[in-house]
Amino acid sequence: MKKNNIGYLLREGIRGIFLHGFMSFAAIWVTVACLIIMGTFGLVLFNLNEMIVELEQENPMLAYIDETYSEAEAKSVGSQINKIENVLNAEFVSREEAVEEFVDEQQDESLFDGLDPSTFRDRFVITLIDNSKMRETESAIRDIVGVADVTVHYEISEGFQTVQRILNIASFIIIAVLLVVSMLIISNTVKLAMYDRKEEIAIMKMVGATNGFIRWPFVVEGFVLGILASAIAFFLQWGLYNFLEVQIAAADSLELITIVPFVEVIEIVAAGYALVGFVVGVFGSVLSIRKFLQV
Amino acid sequence: MIEFRNVHKIYEPGTHALNGVSLKIEDGEFVFLVGPSGSGKSTIIKILTAELMPTSGSVFVNGFTLEKIRRSAVPYMRRTLGVIFQDFRLIDNKTVYDNVSFAMRVIGASEKEIKKRVPYVLELVGLENKSRRLPHELSGGEQQRVAIARALVNNPNMIIADEPTGNLDPARSLEIMMLLEQINALGTTVMVVTHEKELVNRFTKRVIAIEEGKVISDGMDGYYAYEEE
Repeated sequence: MKKNNIGYLLREGIRGIFLHGFMSFAAIWVTVACLIIMGTFGLVLFNLNEMIVELEQENPMLAYIDETYSEAEAKSVGSQINKIENVLNAEFVSREEAVEEFVDEQQDESLFDGLDPSTFRDRFVITLIDNSKMRETESAIRDIVGVADVTVHYEISEGFQTVQRILNIASFIIIAVLLVVSMLIISNTVKLAMYDRKEEIAIMKMVGATNGFIRWPFVVEGFVLGILASAIAFFLQWGLYNFLEVQIAAADSLELITIVPFVEVIEIVAAGYALVGFVVGVFGSVLSIRKFLQV
Repeated sequence: MIEFRNVHKIYEPGTHALNGVSLKIEDGEFVFLVGPSGSGKSTIIKILTAELMPTSGSVFVNGFTLEKIRRSAVPYMRRTLGVIFQDFRLIDNKTVYDNVSFAMRVIGASEKEIKKRVPYVLELVGLENKSRRLPHELSGGEQQRVAIARALVNNPNMIIADEPTGNLDPARSLEIMMLLEQINALGTTVMVVTHEKELVNRFTKRVIAIEEGKVISDGMDGYYAYEEE
């Protein structure tokens, strides 16, 4: 492309947005709507996922230490457990603490007064990095000298993993479908704007403009529309998220639902929106102009 | 130089638009292409501008061989032609100046070249005082002059005028034809496609007559020779 064309192509692209004000307005808001639906789905699924991860950590693996070990000996086993690759954290709980915890959990605590701590074993509460590798990790812990037994609730953790897998697949499908839908809508909106300029394109072709030259202003237009839409959608999403966070916190007095603060996901949301806006805007216009260039 | 060698064009349902057309127009000529509606005149123009491909035969346009032309070369072939239509085809929201400069911009001319060339061409067609007007503020004859200026601005080898006077009254029509004659005198080949007999008869030029997709006469008689036969 010649240097003296760049300014012209950019100017034409931006002029197009104002020239077809209503179309541009429609295209922006359709994209904003699709982005917000997509973003909201994504964020809801992300939060559900986070909640599941949290719940999973409440179902830890327990490694009981040989009862003949002294407390100091029992604690030293911890370093070996921590050496296992998939172990995130192994927290030592002595027999005394275990008894206390057990008694606390009972409804009628007086029944267990004077329960001898020696009936319990010292233990490690182990959280894992990847729960899908639970079985391998369990056998690795069993192989450590001094570990008498390991308990783990596979049904619960596997149940969580299934739910998580379904959520991931569902979110992938929903986001992919919405992406295609918004691209088609943008492409059709740009097509209408372009139809408006059919004559202009015909004249450009007649005087010998190359296809690249004809396409550029529309690509610039699509790009600017897409980026504007993603910026608007981003700020609306931010507001919506914070609003819902406050509403849920007010309604959820039992604190069953934990919501990840928006600031923790702000970069991902911003980058995702910018990318989707760019792709939808540019490819939307490229798709629609192809038809007009076949003369 | 343009040349058709035994060109056939068959449209999908078996309609023969051209049945072996052969003709040659040398650089600097002024030619009328005449014939009734449906005779194949429009097909000839569409083949010349590479909007259509011939079904068989060879077409040469200013150094390009059209049956072999690559899609990417088509814009460069079109730059050797300036086309004028009956309905002017101006962009309504652009001024006279912008309509003309647009044709230079879209082939990548610099601002400096545009500023030099556009006023010269507007003066040539007699519109130097109306460069800031919009097309709807002009008469039909003036609009066609803008279209001629646009066709000329990239300095093509040849001007193809497709029924250029179809929408104009006789006086304006004559003015436009005289302008095309003047452009031809400056060295540009001119081909005027028309079915206006009176207009053709006023000029002593080469006339190629087409009927049912064939050249039925080609001579310097300056009138509808085939009607005399």
